[in-house]
Amino acid sequence: MIGLSHYLFVAAALFCIGVYGVLTKKNAIAVVMGIEFMLNAVNINLIAFNHFMAPNHVIGQLFAIFIIGVAAAEVSLGLAIILSLYRQRHLVAIDEMDILKW
Amino acid sequence: MDQFAWLIPTLPLAAFLIIVALTYRFKLLSAIVATSFSLGSLILAISILIQKIQNPKTTETFINWLTITANQQTVLTLQMGYLIDPLAAVMCLIVTLIATLVLLYSIGYMKGDEGFSRYFAYISLFTFSMLGLVISNNYFQTFVFWELVGLCSYLLIGFWFFKPEAADASKKAFITNRWADFGFLVGIIGLFTVFGSFNFTELSAVIGLHQNTLVLLILGLLVFLGPMGKSAMFPFHVWLPDAMEGPTPISALIHAATMVAAGIYLVARGYILFASVDSVMIVIAYIGGFTALFAATIALVQRDIKRILAFSTLSQLGYMMMALGVGSMTSGMFHLTTHAFFKALLFLGAGSIIHAVHDQDIFNMGGLVKKMPITVWTFVIGSLALSGIFPLAGFWSKDEILTVTLQHHFTGLFILGTLVAFLTAFYMFRLIFIALFGDKRSNHHAHESSWTMTLPLLILAILSIVAGLVNTPWFYQWTGMSFSTFLFFKEPEIPVIHWSIAGLSSLAALGGIFVAWIIYAKQHISADKLAERFKGAHTLLLNKYYIDELYGWVFNKGMIGLGKVFNFIDHTLIDGFFDGTATLIRSTGIQLRLFQTGRLQQYALVLFVAIAAMTIWGVR
Repeated sequence: MIGLSHYLFVAAALFCIGVYGVLTKKNAIAVVMGIEFMLNAVNINLIAFNHFMAPNHVIGQLFAIFIIGVAAAEVSLGLAIILSLYRQRHLVAIDEMDILKW
Repeated sequence: MDQFAWLIPTLPLAAFLIIVALTYRFKLLSAIVATSFSLGSLILAISILIQKIQNPKTTETFINWLTITANQQTVLTLQMGYLIDPLAAVMCLIVTLIATLVLLYSIGYMKGDEGFSRYFAYISLFTFSMLGLVISNNYFQTFVFWELVGLCSYLLIGFWFFKPEAADASKKAFITNRWADFGFLVGIIGLFTVFGSFNFTELSAVIGLHQNTLVLLILGLLVFLGPMGKSAMFPFHVWLPDAMEGPTPISALIHAATMVAAGIYLVARGYILFASVDSVMIVIAYIGGFTALFAATIALVQRDIKRILAFSTLSQLGYMMMALGVGSMTSGMFHLTTHAFFKALLFLGAGSIIHAVHDQDIFNMGGLVKKMPITVWTFVIGSLALSGIFPLAGFWSKDEILTVTLQHHFTGLFILGTLVAFLTAFYMFRLIFIALFGDKRSNHHAHESSWTMTLPLLILAILSIVAGLVNTPWFYQWTGMSFSTFLFFKEPEIPVIHWSIAGLSSLAALGGIFVAWIIYAKQHISADKLAERFKGAHTLLLNKYYIDELYGWVFNKGMIGLGKVFNFIDHTLIDGFFDGTATLIRSTGIQLRLFQTGRLQQYALVLFVAIAAMTIWGVR
């Protein structure tokens, strides 16, 4: 029988993969993908908690849908930044983006 | 006539400005401007003196130059004005006369010099400063001109500034005077604080009411520091012998009329201040007497003609100070007057000799009497006057000084004065027998100088002969007045000759000449053997008692030691604190910079680690 802890385990694994991706990938697109992983791990948590803890309410699902919406917006914004950076400076490698340092 | 007195200093100032602004390029024109303007001052000074003789009333005119008020009350009033009394009138005459003759002489002496116009501009400024000091009616104005005199002496001693010795000598003169002037300035500020005025007339009225108070003692000694510096009294005498690095006519001007006379003049001008405290007078008298003997002994062995004359001036200034100190303003000023004539004569004569021989060492001269008779014979007249031989000017003034010294019961100073008279005659005639007479000692081509140089010599020689007569009983019987009934402090004196004192001093002077004649003209006694016999004393005198070395040592060690202390405080303590603060901030910054790498993923890592840590912390 698949219980809450299985879901939470999958979500935690997914979140860790996402963190790993964000911290280690050079490619900005991969970093954005890592962020998506982390967001979806949270989504899984929300749905799972909603299902097991309060099945009569939809509040967890509602949050998940909000997050999907916000994630879509965020990704489109992130990709736009990456694209314009690429046009300006011909780079997608995130460790070279250090002009904010000064 | 007195209302034109302000023109006396203004004319040389005008000459200075004209030369600087207009005629700087035209050398001869500059000289003519300076000389003729100075001559104008001389004529004015003579007419004012004649008027003073007819009516010896003091006139004073001034404007309030600066008034400072606080709380509707006047706290400070600085005056600019002139005070013409017999003292100022006599001094104006001396200064303008010597300056005019020196200017005339310089036309020949400075011929072909690069800075010909500059030279005449400086002398005009120098004359202006001195005359401004002489007619000044208050201590503040005196101080201003006092410093201007110091500045001009600096400029003129260092006239050939490209010579290191001249540059050093000018600095030495200026710095030595600064030390003395500091005391002077403190003194006049003190006078103002205590008595509320700078004005000579007002101060005389107030000080006359006080006698022998401690405040007056302190102020008197402080103010006397100024004249000690300017008149080169021991221990401030070191600058005067070095001042001969300037052109020789300048030495004549400095030694006779302007710079060193300023000190004597100021003591006479502020006489009431010094005379009101007995111990100040005693200090003045003994400093003067000591300087007279001290300098005369040094002059015995010097080889440089100008240096001998410089030490002779020191010695004679000591005489004047001594006379002022024992309480006779008349005899001090009388000696200043006669000394101005024969010392200017001697310096200008020395200049003429140097001009001809191109050497200053008396042992390289000799045999000049046939080549340049006017110079030599006027020089001899000057020396006789300086030695105090009857009836030349020096005899009367020196006799007067010795008489008053004895009258005021300074027996020690009287003996000292007589001894100095002997020494003076000896060193002057040593100079004459070696440098002017005898055999030619080097391969020089001496020739008589041009008329612009010999004319001042002749005028000064005549003055050196007759100037003393104005204070003789005969002159008094003839005209009904004399120097001592014209210029005096408190009581006029009728001149009298004290035959015993005059005889004693004449004997001393003749003895000095005789000894010099035996040693240097007849060479019965070898000078070299004498020097060998008294080797220690000779070396001591030759090195001027090592005073310069002593000062050099004290100031070098003291100044460098002090400098090291301040250097430590400044560089180690103060700089250390501020530099340390800066270094600390900088190094902190460098360390903190490492955290700010600009790498997003690093930031993100920190973020996640922090969140993880907080989560774990929170869960527990």
